[in-house]
Amino acid sequence: MALDNETVKARVQGQFGAAVLEASEYRGDLAFRIQPDDLLPIVLFLRDSADLQYIWLASITGVDYLGRDPRFEVVYHLRSLANQHMVVLKVGVPEAHPHVPSIVPLWPTATYQEREAWDMFGIVFDGHPDLQRILLPEDWDGHVQRKDEPLVYEEVAFSFNHDDVDAQKPYAKE
Amino acid sequence: MGLEEKAGNLGFVTTTLEAAVNWGRTNAMWPLTFGLACCAIEMMAAQASDFDLSRFGMEVNRPSPRQADLMIVAGRVSRKMAPVVRQLYDQMSDPKWVIAMGDCASSAGVFNNYAVVQGVDEIVPVDVYVAGCPPRPESLIHGIIMLHEKVKREKLAPRSKANAIRFDESGRQVDRIGSR
Repeated sequence: MALDNETVKARVQGQFGAAVLEASEYRGDLAFRIQPDDLLPIVLFLRDSADLQYIWLASITGVDYLGRDPRFEVVYHLRSLANQHMVVLKVGVPEAHPHVPSIVPLWPTATYQEREAWDMFGIVFDGHPDLQRILLPEDWDGHVQRKDEPLVYEEVAFSFNHDDVDAQKPYAKE
Repeated sequence: MGLEEKAGNLGFVTTTLEAAVNWGRTNAMWPLTFGLACCAIEMMAAQASDFDLSRFGMEVNRPSPRQADLMIVAGRVSRKMAPVVRQLYDQMSDPKWVIAMGDCASSAGVFNNYAVVQGVDEIVPVDVYVAGCPPRPESLIHGIIMLHEKVKREKLAPRSKANAIRFDESGRQVDRIGSR
């Protein structure tokens, strides 16, 4: 049986009420904006309800909305194979306390995706069994996909500043 | 073989040791087998039959750095890959040379960001830079011939002080600076 957005929206809002801060729809995709503390109960409800069965965690994504509060967002895409429907969960994460509960106990596949979100944005997933960098070198300082990280690594050399840029370049001697 | 005809019936040929050694080094210079990005495809094309690098004694790629003389850095070097490239360079035995093939290896090309080393000359000393994105096989061959010309002018003395074997006051050999 295929679900539609209205049914799922009514079902989730009926179950959780004010915990769903906002329910939106963009190009046919239903999205719920929620708090980090409400993530686990809502995810468990979506996964384990017999009429919903969102059993597939399609992706976990980090987003940085610099200048907005909460600054970060973790986006979960869940898909129900039985009902051919997808639902999006957007968890706002404040910059002062960038913590989200880990969903690795529910989906082992979340391990790498949460590590990537931590590596790129510095969002801490509480309860993750092995939260370490996945793409960058282990001793890297900072989280490179944040909007306030420098965009370029080296000043671009033109003819007027070529000598200055070249003088700062760390050439290997041997 | 032709050489005898050119030399006449002399029986022997004189040259300097330097010229003979450098001639030997140029015509059997073995590159290390590795490629990092799309430049490696052009490198392989240069070694294949159409462009035929074996005309210059360059077709034998060595999978072991111990047997290689030349490191062709073909492609962008990510910061995570940089220690690996440097270790391969350190494992190559002297004399050794480096060609930075393509814009990415020479100057990071369009990748001015956190992930890519801004020119492989930050981690290994480069002898010849080959421009292009990626360079045509002819460009690489031209760069290799330029390197041969450079090698032919080298002196037999140690290539640099850092690569020279040093001794302390009591005459014991000290580890080279260039090695790890």
